[in-house]
Amino acid sequence: MRFGEIVSSLAGEFGEEIVVAADEAAIQPYLEVPAAEIASVCRFLFETPELFFDFLACVTGVDNGPGKGTMEVIYHLNSIPLGHSLVIKVTVERLPGPDELPKVPTVSDIWRTADWHEREIYDLFGIVFEGHPDMRRILMPADWEGFPLRKDYQEQLYYHGIKVAYEDREDPGKFPAGIQPGFDISR
Amino acid sequence: MVERIKTGDGGIILTTAEDLVNWARLSSLWPMGFGLACCAIEMMGAYASHFDLERFGVFPRPSPRQSDVMIVAGTVTFKMADRVRRLYEQMPEPRYVISMGSCSNCGGPYWEHGYHVVKGVDRIIPVDVYVPGCPPRPEALIGGFLKLQEKIRKDRPFAPKLALEVENESHPV
Repeated sequence: MRFGEIVSSLAGEFGEEIVVAADEAAIQPYLEVPAAEIASVCRFLFETPELFFDFLACVTGVDNGPGKGTMEVIYHLNSIPLGHSLVIKVTVERLPGPDELPKVPTVSDIWRTADWHEREIYDLFGIVFEGHPDMRRILMPADWEGFPLRKDYQEQLYYHGIKVAYEDREDPGKFPAGIQPGFDISR
Repeated sequence: MVERIKTGDGGIILTTAEDLVNWARLSSLWPMGFGLACCAIEMMGAYASHFDLERFGVFPRPSPRQSDVMIVAGTVTFKMADRVRRLYEQMPEPRYVISMGSCSNCGGPYWEHGYHVVKGVDRIIPVDVYVPGCPPRPEALIGGFLKLQEKIRKDRPFAPKLALEVENESHPV
């Protein structure tokens, strides 16, 4: 199915306002939908037999920076038996956190592959996927502070007593209590 | 058939207890079988038949409780740092650490923008020998073991600590 037909069938199901933006001229034609609707749109794309997007190739997070104040999540969808593909974007407000974070409905109940993708986006960008069964960090330690791929990310000074930055080699981090070197370093 | 006659000649070596202990320690350095990144591939190559670290008595052990030396072979992330420290604590003394490769020496290519990398494993455990390289060739790791053997050979395991301190004061290294 062509891009225009997919867009019109979505508009027929959800109404014209479901398509916030669409670009067919792009190398990968994309359409943008409201963030709150992404789960129901994806459910429709998966369950409609003429569309049948059975393969979620990738979920991407984008931080547009504090200047623009927005973040994006991009879904790359494919239908393996029908041979068509689609890119969907959602845009959310960029909240600084850690108490308030941008929220997007999860699609992990439609495609299991989204489970770890969404956890990674949460880990590195701080976008919460509502309804996700296991919204934890996946790469960084559970008690890490901040979201490393945000444009304004500042790494913390110490992690468990270890200095994070490279500078100041005179201070090789704190030796934790209880560790004794197994040899005499002075010799 | 060769006739074995016990004449009582030979069969005696005179040495000091320290030299004997040092010789025993440096001749059977058992590393912990543990690797973190691409350096571990070179480390495995060094263990295997082509480079054959076992001719130096180096033989990887499956448990920190049986190990003498920890080869930190690869990038130490902050998530791994607690585990590396725990494994080091589980090793019985005397224990030694070889830091293998740029990442565990100083953070390597992640020194500036690698928010997730410990900038040198010496920030969490004491290191005896640093092996440079990215990753070091197996020959370089063997060189690191020879350096560690040199270091152990000079050790004074039975000397009273106080005597060593006085000695160091009179002959500063």
